[in-house]
Amino acid sequence: MTYMHIGKNFTPPDVEAKVTGAARYSEDFRKEGMVFARLLTSPLPSGRVVSIDASEALAMEGVLGIFTADDLPPSLPPANPALAKDFITYIGQPILALAAESDLIAENAIEKIKIVFERRPFVTDPLDTLLEGGPDPYPNGNTLIRNAGEAAAGTTASGTDVGRIKWSLDQVTAFRNGREPVGATFGEEWAYGDVAAEFAQCKTIVEEPFVTIGYPHHSLEPRSGMAYWENGKCYFHGSLQSHTVGHAQLSAMLEIDPANLVFINENTGGGFGSKIFPYPMMAVTGKFARQLNRPLQMRITREEEFYIGSARSGMQGWLKVGLKDDGKVGAVDVIIINDAGSGGGGSAGSSAEHISIMYQPAAMRFRGVALYTNTTPRGAQRGPGQNEMASVLAPIMDKAARQGGFDRLAVRRANAPRPDAKFGARQGGLSSSYMPEAIEKAAAMFRWDERVAQPKVTADNKVRGIGLGMGYHSAGANGYDGLLRIGTDGKIYLHTGVGNLGTYSYAGVLRAAAEALQCSWENCVVVHGNSELNLPHSTYQGGSNTMFTETRSSHVAALDAIRKLKEIAAAELGGAADDYSVGGERVFLTSNDTKGLTFAEAAQKAIDLGGEYSGQVYPEDINATTKRSVEAMKGTGLIGVAKDTLPKQGTAPGFAIAFVEIEMDLDTGKYDITDYTAVAECGTVVHPQGLSQAMNGGGVWGIGMAGYERHVYDPQNGLPANVGLYQSKPPTYLDVPARMLTAGNDMPDPQSPVGARGVGEPAQGCGAAALMSAISDALDGHLFNRTPVTPDMIVNHVAQNGFNTGELKTNTF
Amino acid sequence: MASAASNPAGGVERLVSINVNGRVRRVDVLPQETLAHTLRYKLGLTGAKVACNRGECGACTVLIDDVNYYACSTLTHNVKDRAVLTVEGLRAEDGTLHPVQAAFIQELSPACGFCTSGQVMSAVALLKANPRPTRQEAREAMSGNLCRCGAYDHYLNGVMRASGQLS
Repeated sequence: MTYMHIGKNFTPPDVEAKVTGAARYSEDFRKEGMVFARLLTSPLPSGRVVSIDASEALAMEGVLGIFTADDLPPSLPPANPALAKDFITYIGQPILALAAESDLIAENAIEKIKIVFERRPFVTDPLDTLLEGGPDPYPNGNTLIRNAGEAAAGTTASGTDVGRIKWSLDQVTAFRNGREPVGATFGEEWAYGDVAAEFAQCKTIVEEPFVTIGYPHHSLEPRSGMAYWENGKCYFHGSLQSHTVGHAQLSAMLEIDPANLVFINENTGGGFGSKIFPYPMMAVTGKFARQLNRPLQMRITREEEFYIGSARSGMQGWLKVGLKDDGKVGAVDVIIINDAGSGGGGSAGSSAEHISIMYQPAAMRFRGVALYTNTTPRGAQRGPGQNEMASVLAPIMDKAARQGGFDRLAVRRANAPRPDAKFGARQGGLSSSYMPEAIEKAAAMFRWDERVAQPKVTADNKVRGIGLGMGYHSAGANGYDGLLRIGTDGKIYLHTGVGNLGTYSYAGVLRAAAEALQCSWENCVVVHGNSELNLPHSTYQGGSNTMFTETRSSHVAALDAIRKLKEIAAAELGGAADDYSVGGERVFLTSNDTKGLTFAEAAQKAIDLGGEYSGQVYPEDINATTKRSVEAMKGTGLIGVAKDTLPKQGTAPGFAIAFVEIEMDLDTGKYDITDYTAVAECGTVVHPQGLSQAMNGGGVWGIGMAGYERHVYDPQNGLPANVGLYQSKPPTYLDVPARMLTAGNDMPDPQSPVGARGVGEPAQGCGAAALMSAISDALDGHLFNRTPVTPDMIVNHVAQNGFNTGELKTNTF
Repeated sequence: MASAASNPAGGVERLVSINVNGRVRRVDVLPQETLAHTLRYKLGLTGAKVACNRGECGACTVLIDDVNYYACSTLTHNVKDRAVLTVEGLRAEDGTLHPVQAAFIQELSPACGFCTSGQVMSAVALLKANPRPTRQEAREAMSGNLCRCGAYDHYLNGVMRASGQLS
C-alpha cells in the first residue's frame, strides 16, 4: 500500500531542542522560592528504624524540615514504600527526606541526623532463602502471594502479601546441581499437552541449568522531580515513560482529584520499564512540597538511582527440551526461580511464554517461584522475562541442534511461529505473524550459509563465532482514546497522552491520523507533555505496545473528524456526506474538487454549529481524562474524538531476529562483534529512522545483557559492589560494533489500521540471544549457562579451570 | 576593597568572572564548586546534564579552550582564564545550527536526549581537532560519552555526516 506519511522519515518536533540543549527535563525546571530535598538512605540490608533524632539538623540555618514514613499512608510488605520505617529491606532504601534552602545545606544537614536501627537477617541469593531454615528477606516470609486485599493509599502494590516457600536440602542441592528438584513446592505452574508422551517421541533431549543476573535500569536521567502547589492544584515536573496514565495514578498517590494535578513531562531521560507508572518517590516530592508550602525539588543522585531506579529480575533455572526427528520441538519442561529483589515481582511466567511462542513445543510445563531478596527492588525492564530467557535459551537450543545433527538456523525455521501459532498456558493466538519471513530476510542479509562454512580460526589466538537469536514481546493493546482539533487557522492539532520516552513513538503514532486526513505533516501540531494542554487518555508505555495501540486511537479520532468534516461540507454545500472526500487540508466534493471547504473554514463552521462538531457533546464511552480535555477545548475548532473500539483478536506480537559474528581473543577473553544484523517483525514500518533507533538501541542493550551488566553483592554484608555506571556496566561506543545493520520486515498486521506493531523489547532479546549463541559457537558449543558471560569466564574456560554455573549462584561473584 | 565573599582569609576568591559562550559572566563560586553546578544552577545553562556527577557518563561535557571536559569533574575556579563553550553557545549569531547539531537532527541521533548535549560537544571537539575522522576514530573519540538508549550508531552517523563524509 502506498502511504503519504507511513513508512516515511520525518523530524520529530522535539529533536532540535535535544541537540541545542533547549529540551528540558524535570531537574531543569526552577520556581521562585524553590527548596531542595535530599534523601537519607539505609546503610542496612534488613532491619527497622528504632528512632530518628533530627534535632541537630533541624536547628541548622536554612533547614526547613524532614519528611518520614509517618507522613505517608501506612504501607505493609511487599509494597515498596517511598520511605521505610518498620521494614527496611535493602541497602539504599530511602528512610527520610530533608529539605533546605540550598542543595548544599540539605546535604550537610543529612549528615547530622542520628538514626538508631535494629538489624534483621538478610539474604542476597534466592536459593539461600528457599532452603529450609534459611534467612527470610522479610520477617514474615520470602515470596509474593496474591490476594484480594486493597492497596494502601499512596502505594503502588495491590492485592499482595508475603508468604513463605521452602525446599528441603535435597531439593535445593539437586537444583543447584542442575537436576529437577523432585517434589518441590512452586508458587506458579502451568502446562499444556502431554509432556511425558511428547518427550518419549524426541530423539534429542537436552537438560541444562541456567542463571541470569539482574541489573539496574540506570536511566541516564535520575528520577529527580519538582512540585509546587498553587490554589489547590499541584504542578508536578516529573520523569515518566507514560503521560496520561501516569497522571491518573500520580493524582491517586497524591490523594487529589485528577483535575487538580498538572503533570508536566515533555522529555524523559530514559525509563526502560522503570518509569511506566509513577514510582513511590513521586509521592514524597509532591506531599513534602505541600507540607512546606514551597516549590520543592527532590534531587536523586546516580547512586540513589541505582537503589530506587529499579532493576531486572534474575533467574536460576532448569530446562529440559526435546527435539523430534524433523527438528521440531516436541516438549519443554522448565523451572524458574526468580529473584524479585525487595518488593518486586518475578517475570518467570513471561520467560516461559518466550519459549512457548518462539519454539512452539507440542507440550510444555512451567513451574516457578518468585523469591524476595534484600537487594534493590526489581521491576519491568525491557522485555522482562522474555529477554533474559532468550539469552540463555539460544545456546541451549544450539546444543540441541548440534546434538540432533541439525543446522542451528534450520531448528529456528522449523519451529518459527506462523500465523496460526498458539502459545502459553492458555494457548492463545496471534493477530498475525510473519516470523518465518523475517528469519529468511535476516539470514539472507547476514549470509548465514556462507558464514557457517567459513574457517573457525582467524589467527593464532583468535577464533570466530557466529550466532543467532530471537526476541518476542506482546506488542499491542486497545481501548484507548484519540483526540484532535482542527483550528480556525487551518492547522491540525494532534493531541496525545503518550509519553516521550525517547522512541519518538509519541509523534510517530499521530502520523496515522495525518494519513487518514490526507493532510501535510507541516500543518500538523503535536500537542503533548503537559496535562494542561488537554490530552486524551492514552496507553501506558511499556511492553512495546505504543505503535499498535496508539495508531489505532489516532486513526479513530481522524475518522471521527473526517465524518464531521463531510457532514459540515454536505450541510454547507449540498449533497450527502459520502459525496465528499478530504485531502490537502480541504474537504471537497469528490466529483468536483473545486467545490469544498478549507479545514479553516470547516473549523469555523464546526464552532458555529456547536454540539459534537466542536466538542460540546462527546461520546459517552471515552475516558474521564479525555472528557475533561474535550470539555476544556469545546468551541475552539472541529473536534475529532473517539475511543478505539476497532476489532482485536489474539495477541499482537513483536518479534525480532538477530545474527552476530564475533572474533574472540582466547588469551584475554575479549571479543569484537564484527557483524550485527537484525530484522524486526513488527508489521508495517511507520518511521524507518525510529525503527532503526529501536533496533540498534535494543541491540546495544542485548550486548549489555549478554556480556556486561549485572548486580554484584557482598553476601557477608549485603553491600552492593557496583552502584556506578562504569561498574554495572552499560555498553559504551567501544563495546558495540562500529556499524549495526537493521531492517524491518514491513508486512502489515491486519488489526492495525496502518499495519503497525511495536518492537522495542524484542530488539534487545534477539541481540542478547545472538551474542550468547556466538560466544558459545566460538568455544565449540561450550555452555556457560549464565548471563552475562564476562572475559574472565572465557579465559578460565579456555584454561580448563572449569567455570560454569556451578551452584547456580547469583548476585555474587 | 577586599571582602569576605571575594577573598576569605586563606581561601580562594569567590566572586569570579568566567567566559561562557563568548560572554564574561560574574558569579559567586564556592571553592569546591564544579563547573556543571555553576553552569546549571547559577547561570541557567541547563543543556549540560548531571547524570552521574562523577565523571562516568559524559552528559555534562563542555568545551574548555576547544577541548572536551566533563563539567561535573572540573572546578569552576580552574576555568577563570579560559573559554568555556556549552551546547547553548553553538548556534551561529543568525541562529543557524552548528553542522554537528544539524547532522544529528538529520540522522535522528538523539533518542531520549539526556546524553545528547554531551555527545554534541564531544563531536564538536573531535571535528575541531580532526575534521575528517574515520568511523573508528570517531568511535574512540566519542567513547567517553555514554548513551543508555544505545543510539551510538546514529550518533556516529551524525559525526560522519557533519564531517562531510556521509551524503
